[in-house]
Order: sequence, then C-alpha cells, then structure tokens
Amino acid sequence: MIEFPILTLLVVVPAVGALLVAVISKRHPDLVKVTALGASVLTGALALWVLFAFDKSDSGFQFASRHAWIKPWGISWHLGIDGISLFLVVLTGVLFPLVIVGIDPHRDHKRYLSWMLLLEAGVMGSFISLDLFLFFVFFEIVLVPMYFLIGGWGYEGRVYAATKFFLFTMVGSAFMLVGIVATAILAKADNGQVTFDLIKIAENAEFAAGTGRWLFFAFAIAFAVKVPLFPLHTWLPDAHTQAPTGGSVILAAVLLKMGTYGLLRFGVYLFPEAALWARPLFFTLATVGIIWGAIAATMQSDLKRVVAYSSVAHLGFIVLGTFALTTTAVTGGVMQNINHGLSTGALFILVGMIYERRHTREIAQLNGLQQVAPVFAAAFMVVMLSSIGVPGLNGFVGEFMVLVGSFATARWWVTIAAAGVILAALYLLWAYQRVFHGEPDEANSGFAELNWKEASLLLPMIGLIVFTGVYPKPMLDRIEPSVKAFIAHVEERSNYHEPAPAEPVLVELEGEG
Amino acid sequence: MLDLIWLIPALPLAGFLLILLFGRKLGDPGAGYVATTLVVASFAVSVGVFADLLSLEASERAGHVQRLFEWVPAGALHIDLAFLADPLSLTMCLFVTGIGALIHLYAVGYMRGDERFSKFFLYLNLFAFSMLMLVLGSNMLVTFLGWEGVGTCSYFLIAFWHERQSAATAGKKAFITNRVGDWGFMMAMFFAFWAVGSLDYAVVNGGAAGMAPTTSTAIALFCFIGACGKSAQLPLYLWLPDAMEGPTPVSALIHAATMVTAGVYLMVRINPLLDAANSYAPTVIAIVGAATALFAATVAVAQNDIKKVLAYSTVSQLGYMFLAVGSGAYVAAIFHMVTHAFFKALLFLGSGSVIHAMHHQQDMRRMGALRKLLPITAITFIVGWLAIAGVPPFAGFWSKDEILLFAYDKSPVLYAVGLVTALLTAYYMTRQVIMVFYGKAHWHDAHEQHGAAGDYVGSAAGDFTPHESPKTMLFPLVMLAGLALVGGIIQLPSWSWIPSSLAHRLENWLGPIVHGHEHELTRDAHDLSGTLALVAVGCAVVGITAAVLVYAKHKVKPIEPKILADGWGYDRAVSWVMGNPGRRAFDGVAWADAKVIDGAVDGTGALVRKAAGQVRKLQSGNVRNYAAAIGAAVVLLLLWFVVGRGIL
Repeated sequence: MIEFPILTLLVVVPAVGALLVAVISKRHPDLVKVTALGASVLTGALALWVLFAFDKSDSGFQFASRHAWIKPWGISWHLGIDGISLFLVVLTGVLFPLVIVGIDPHRDHKRYLSWMLLLEAGVMGSFISLDLFLFFVFFEIVLVPMYFLIGGWGYEGRVYAATKFFLFTMVGSAFMLVGIVATAILAKADNGQVTFDLIKIAENAEFAAGTGRWLFFAFAIAFAVKVPLFPLHTWLPDAHTQAPTGGSVILAAVLLKMGTYGLLRFGVYLFPEAALWARPLFFTLATVGIIWGAIAATMQSDLKRVVAYSSVAHLGFIVLGTFALTTTAVTGGVMQNINHGLSTGALFILVGMIYERRHTREIAQLNGLQQVAPVFAAAFMVVMLSSIGVPGLNGFVGEFMVLVGSFATARWWVTIAAAGVILAALYLLWAYQRVFHGEPDEANSGFAELNWKEASLLLPMIGLIVFTGVYPKPMLDRIEPSVKAFIAHVEERSNYHEPAPAEPVLVELEGEG
Repeated sequence: MLDLIWLIPALPLAGFLLILLFGRKLGDPGAGYVATTLVVASFAVSVGVFADLLSLEASERAGHVQRLFEWVPAGALHIDLAFLADPLSLTMCLFVTGIGALIHLYAVGYMRGDERFSKFFLYLNLFAFSMLMLVLGSNMLVTFLGWEGVGTCSYFLIAFWHERQSAATAGKKAFITNRVGDWGFMMAMFFAFWAVGSLDYAVVNGGAAGMAPTTSTAIALFCFIGACGKSAQLPLYLWLPDAMEGPTPVSALIHAATMVTAGVYLMVRINPLLDAANSYAPTVIAIVGAATALFAATVAVAQNDIKKVLAYSTVSQLGYMFLAVGSGAYVAAIFHMVTHAFFKALLFLGSGSVIHAMHHQQDMRRMGALRKLLPITAITFIVGWLAIAGVPPFAGFWSKDEILLFAYDKSPVLYAVGLVTALLTAYYMTRQVIMVFYGKAHWHDAHEQHGAAGDYVGSAAGDFTPHESPKTMLFPLVMLAGLALVGGIIQLPSWSWIPSSLAHRLENWLGPIVHGHEHELTRDAHDLSGTLALVAVGCAVVGITAAVLVYAKHKVKPIEPKILADGWGYDRAVSWVMGNPGRRAFDGVAWADAKVIDGAVDGTGALVRKAAGQVRKLQSGNVRNYAAAIGAAVVLLLLWFVVGRGIL
C-alpha cells in the first residue's frame, strides 16, 4: 500500500518554498511574503495533522517512509516519527509560521525568508530521519541558513558570532561524520551488509565495549556542541545575542533540541553500554552547566545574553534527564525540549520587541517599563515564571519530572541541580526588576504598549505555556510509550535495569471501606 | 456538600478570571466587591463541607478525596489534581476564606483610589485560590502548586507599588529566599516518591511507619527546610520584615494570617512522618522554633515602624507554632495558628487603619494619643494586644498556654525560652499600644524625618487631624476583635471548672489526623498545667507592667539598643556575604566563562589561523564561501533525491 508521504512533505514543502522564494523576483515583495507564509503554514498544518493522526498506543515509528537511495552503501530515505520526535516536529511546524509572520527582519525579506524556509526543511529532516547518513545531511543543512541569518541580519558582532557558530558546529560534525561512517562499516558484520539504517544498526550491531565508547563519543561531541553542554557552550551566547530575533527564537526553540534529541536518538540508542559507562561524565557536565549557566546569566549586562545563558542551564536539565534513563526522567526531558522552546522562544520575542522600541538590549538602559507598558510587562512576567519553573505553567512539569525521575540514578547530581531553581529565580527576577520596576526615565517613558500584532504572536505561545502546565497529560501520553520502548531497548542491549520505586500501598484510612 | 470541595478553590479562581477579563470595566470599587463576594462564597461552601464532615462519625471524617484529573502521569509517577477533605484541610479552609473575606472587604476601603485598584484584587483572588490549593491538595505536588502560587502572589503584592525600588527589592528577596525553602520541599518529594512510589499524603503518611528511619527523617527535615522558607524561620526569616513594603491588607492576609502558616500546616500534615523519624528531627524543629521565637521577639522590642513590630512579632509567633510541632503538639500548633490569624490579622488591619489615618506615616514616634480620634481602631487594637500578650480570657492566652505546656514536657529549656518570649511579647506589644494610642500626640511635630518608609513615598507630616477609617475597614476590625476575644473556646483545657463538653474540642475534631502521633503528656505535666498557666499570666503581667513603666510613666529609660533595632545585624551580614564574596564568586564565574573557556576557543582559533597561514593562500579562507558551497551541494543532493529517485 502506498501511503501518503506526509513526512516527506514536511521536508519538501519548506524546501520547495525556499526555492520558490529564491526565484521570485524582488519586485514582488508581497508575493515573496505570501509564498513564504504559505509554505510555512502548510508545513505547520501538516505537522498538526501528524499530531492528530498520531496513534498514541503505538510506541514505534509511525508514518514511516522508506526508499533506497544509494543502494551499494545501504543509504536510504528513511523517515519516521515516534513520541520522542513528535512534539519537536509539531513545535517546529507551529513556530516557523509565527516567526515568519510575526517578526520583521527589516531588510532583504526575500533572502531572509528563503533561508528561513531552508532552515525549516533542515530541522524537520533532522527530527524525522531514521538513516544516519540522511540525518547527517539534514543536520548539516541547518548550519548554512543559520550562518547566513546570523551573519546577514544580525547585530554589530554578527560576523564573529556567525563564524564561531559555524566553526564550532562544523568541528563537532566532523567527529560525527567519522562516527557515522565507522559505525556503518563496523556494524556490517552484524547486519550482513553495509547499512546506515538507524534501527537496523541499533537492533543488530554488537560493538566491542571499547569500540562502542569511541563511536559514542564521536556522536556525543557533535551533539554536546549543539546542546550546548558545558564547557562547549560559549558559541551560544554570541550566536543568540547577535542573531536577529527570528533567528534567536528558532535557534533556542528548535536548533538546540537537535543536540538533546540527537544524544537520545543516536547517542544513547545506538550505544547504550557506552552511554551508561559515560553517565557520570554527562551528569556532571549537565549539573555544572545548570549552575554555571545560571550564575553566568545573573552577571550579564545584556538582556539577550541573560536569556542565552539561561538556555545553557535549562538544557542541562534535559541532558541530566536523558542520561538518568528512567521513564519519568527521560519523558520529562523530552517534554522539557518543548517547554524550553516555548518559554525561551517567547522570551527572545519579547526581548526583540524591547530592542525594536529602544534599540538597546542593555539592562542598564532600561527601567520602569511596567509602569508605561503593563500588558507587555504582564506577558513578560508569565513567560518568565514559566522559565523559572513555577507550577501551573509548562516549565515546572518537565523540570520536576526530570529531577524526581533522576533522583534514583543520580541522587547527588539532582541535589545540586535542584538548587538551580533558586538561581533561575535570581537571574530572571533581578533582570526583571531592573528592566520593569522603578520609575521610567525619559528614554523609557515613551515605551509603547504591546500592540495587537505582537499580542497575536505571543498569545498562542502563552496559551500553550498555560495549557501544558495545567494539563500535560495529552502530551505525556504520546511521549511515554516511545520512551518506555527506548528504555526497554537500553535494558535489552546492556545490563541496565530501570530502578522502580516501591509499589504504592494505600494504607486503609479510618472510615474508608 | 462533600463533592463540592472543588468549588472552594474554584470560586476565587473564577474571581481572578473575571477581574483578568473585566477588571478595568469593574473598576474601583466594583472589582473589589466581586473579589470579596467570591471569597465569601468560597467561605460559605467551606462551611457547608465542614457541616457535612461534622455530621459524620469522627472515624469517617478523614480521607475524602476528590479527583479532578490526572495531572502528571509519567512512568511510575502518577499525580492527580485531587483535593482532600478532612478535619485539618477544612480547618484551614475555614480560616483562610473567613479571614480572607474580611481582609478583602477591608482592602476595598483601604485601596480606594489606587490607580491599580482592580489589579490588587486580581492578585488577591489568585492568592486565595493558591492558598486553598495548598491546603486542599491531596498530594505533595498539588500542595507545592499552591505553595509556589502563594509565593508568586506574595511577590506580586509585596512589589505592588513597584515604582518604589525598596518594594521591588523586597518582593524579589521574598521570592528568592522562599526558593531556598522550595528546594527543600522538592528534595522531600524526591525522597518520598522513591520510598513509597507516590506523593499522596495517604500513601506517604501511611508508609511512614514502614520506612527506614533515615528516610522518614530526610523527608521530614527537608519539608522543614521548605517550611522555614515559607514560614519565615531562622535562618530564612529575612524576607518577612521586608515584605511589609506591600500594602497593609497584604501584610495582614499573606504575611500574618495565612501564607506564612503554610509551613506549620505542612508539618502537621505529615505528622506521622515526624513521629516515625529519628527523635532528633522533632527536636531540631522545636529548637529552631524556640530560637526564632526568642530572636524575633528581642528584635521587635526596638522597632519604630508600626508594621515592623508586627512583622517581627509574626516571625516570633510562628516560632511558637514550630516549637509546638517539634514538641509533638500538633493540635496546639493549629490552635495557635488559628488564634494568631485572628489577632494578628486584627493588629495588622488596625495598624493599616492607623496608617490610613496618619496619611501613610508608619513611624510610631510620630503617633500617640490616637485613641480618642480613632476610637474603634483603638478598642479593637487593644483587644488584639491583650490577645497576643496572653491575657486571659483572650484567645492567645489559651493557645500559647497549650504550647508552653507541651514545651515544658519536652524540655525545661525550651519552656524557659518560650516563657521569656511571652514576657517580651507582652512588653513590645504594650510599648506599641502606648506609643500609638496613648501619651502625647506627635503627629504635628514634623521636621525631623525618621527612617520608616510609608506605604507611599513622601509620607505627609504636620497639618492634618487623623480621622477614623470608613465602615468597610471598621467592620472587619470589629469582627476580628470578637474572634480574638472568644477564639480560645475552640480548644479549652480540661480544668475542673470548665465543662468537659467544652474542653478539647479542636483536639477531638483533629483527632483523625493526629491520633497516635500527637505527643501524650506525662502525668507530671498534666497536673502542672494550672500552675504553668499562672506562671504564663504572671509573665504577661510583668511584661505589660515593665512597658507601662518605661513608655507611659517614663520611670525607666527605654532599652532599645541599635543592635536589636538592626535585628542583631543578621540581615546586614547576609547582605554583605551576598554582596561581597558572593558577588565576587559570581563575577569570577562570568569572568572564567568569558576569558578561560571562551578564551581557549578564541586562542585555538588564532593558533589555527596562524598555522594555516600558508595553506590559506590556496583557499579563500572565507567561511561564507564554504557555507555557500555546502548549501549548494546540499540542495543538489536533495534535488537528485526527490527528482532523480522519484520519491514523490
């Protein structure tokens, strides 16, 4: 039966959109915008369709699409989606149209939109590829538009930031390319032929312990750069700060998630034994990142850098949860990918709006904004509380699941990581106080209130922030089966056993039946 | 009514949403009345549920759980958004909504004319909702939801007049200090979950006896860290005196009557764990409680800001409650929580009425002789004073007495500390009453500005005559004064002249919650209870007399050393540590991040550039070109894929 190739379309639609935008003449700026918007909205609609058609009882890959590509090397166009990638795809699909319609790059819309759409194609492809080589292609595609977006539409230090971003990621990718080729070749004996198919390798390949660890690290370095994991994180503040708002939003919301997703889907999944062996290292780096990122965020004088460093801290939680390898922690980590995407994405949008009005991101230049723009301040407050992890909003659910789930396998790290919640309040509230509280001075007293266009960009995000915080069940129901299957796979391929808490016993209370 | 528990928090939530959507239209005072009405409705439902529980056999009153939906289901973790109706949670609901309603009403008068009037009630209703989630949650996570919610609302409300930097800073300080405690609460949940596989109180408490004592000790003490933050105990009390920056109704509702008692509630809620824990756990709690009670009382003696006295007094009284918890006197802790809510809310609202009358002057040295101009405020304030001082038959006497009795049974040292605190309490409260309501009027002698910050910037001095507050403010005062007078009736001791049907009513009511875990008084202590009560009254009389001699008769010079006024310099020391070594450490991290870690990156880059200098001639060295090449290659690859291989 030939199924409707919906996953292929998720990649092709934005790619074709990028091409169309590139060839449409500059003299039709409206046509350019409509085309870009159309392509991104269509992709978003497809992503939502996937969400609604997704079978939550199925823990395996759905909507799979597989075609041989380079037969002699066993490379194929193999796409599939499961609970772990589902919401990343949905987030990507939903966020791009919002960014494309809601954030104005101010110049050269045609090239900007073209790069944006190519970026979307690359990100989508990365999240649904089930072939190592194909994944690598998409993973690399992403670099190019992002490089041009930072370099072309960024701020004063954009060239340095773009180059740094590019080189950092390229170095990581070089390791991964070697790792991918080596993995495929070394797995040949177990597979009977060379293949780059993720599932086949994961199911069949038996690597010697030493080999597996080398291969694991080849992958892990590339992903650790992308996450970014301490101490490979210093490209991030520069890239985030210098990127145009749209670029920052996409970078934080989905690009970084290629790192955490990759660690899970490729690193741990392919090399469970090596991942277990390397756990203490990753626990430590994640925890150090949580504390280090938070402290560094506190001391930044540029509002955008505060948010950028907060990402280092937040992503540390996800890595911690991923390596903790309990269903609760990994599910929490997968969910936290989305939560961070929403809240940090929204924070970057808000900081971008401040920049649009004041042409500065310096905290010292801003003050008293709550008095002149209370609605704007309220929007910032809700998003900030979500980022701090206040229960009832989305950030808390994932963070709590990561911490409580990791407590069995990483007790001492969790004890320290949980202190990160204190620091999160510190750097955000302090920044908020300096920017929003107090009396506005002359330069800030004309700060414009949130307008309808801006509100319509933020409202869906805030809506999702509240909804996911109050009722995360629909999301968790879809993530959890795949996570369970993933952990079962790890258990099968190593001597690991997921620890379980004591069976809850409800002691009969007086008066109850 | 039992299946309507959900309405108790839902009504204030509805108020929040209404004001969120229509706040500007409702305006001043409409929004205030909407908010008040919904809290009153919530109180009515609480009374209904209470009556329902009361009609049941005592043994059937506990453990009524109402599940709304699955909140966080993942892996072994299954957390419902569910409410628990039992004597403890209903006691909390009754006084939270009851006192909450009175304070809402008061605030309608107090906040009149504020440009953010409706926003104030928006926050106030959100607070009421969160507080009710806290006390009604059937598992630790729902309690934590409320716990963080009240903390967030407290932050909003302390910083309500956010143009003032001191208010903004105080709000932030409250939030962050509380977060330190929240870390403890989270750790407690982690331990509990892995020990019993659930965060439901029924399971956690039920499993307490079967846990390793180290586990129950860990859960109990980590919860206590959380409680220290929320209930302002040493060493985390720092935020509460600063929280007085908020409008006075907020101080009364959040920072005296309800939110700050959440820590005490939590400890009583998990009392089976405390019972199962190593014996040093309750002792630690009792010592921290007693130390805080004494410490804060000494500081209150030297404060000149009318609200600061009450703030330190609150810290001190909360210390009593933890002394009770640590002594195994859970009923006494709740008893004192309730009576304290009556008289401390009364005192705060009274002080608000004074501040209102004094055109936002808060310095007691600028007051005096107000009893004639503010007769109702003065009379009700005096009732509150007698109640907190422990004069019989006012409410505070009974509850404080019960705590001292259990403290005596736990350790004579703790008892002595409690007694000294009682003396100091009588002393500083008498001082306050004299400075505000008696003696000479000082509100005309302006000129020399004192330090106390008014509710608004630029407090007026000089040309005005203080006036009594409007009825919306006086009605709550009178109601609370009545409660502070007779509130003791809910838990009278078993003395021969008290009819046995009136004695120990709260204890019987809370029986299903604390039964078997509450400390049993030794025979010895039991027989001494009458004597101990006399000693306590003696202390109160000594404290009052001393203050009268000093402040009314001027026979003795006031003893108000600067070190007490400064809170023993503790706040300053902490600020110094945060501002100097702490700040330097943070700067150090930021420096290392920029210079060491990122420096290594830039250094490598420079090195490579130099080394590649020769090769470079062959290549453009321009990343842009590489990037474009990769981009082109990728697009071609894709094209081939799609067109050439016919994937579509």
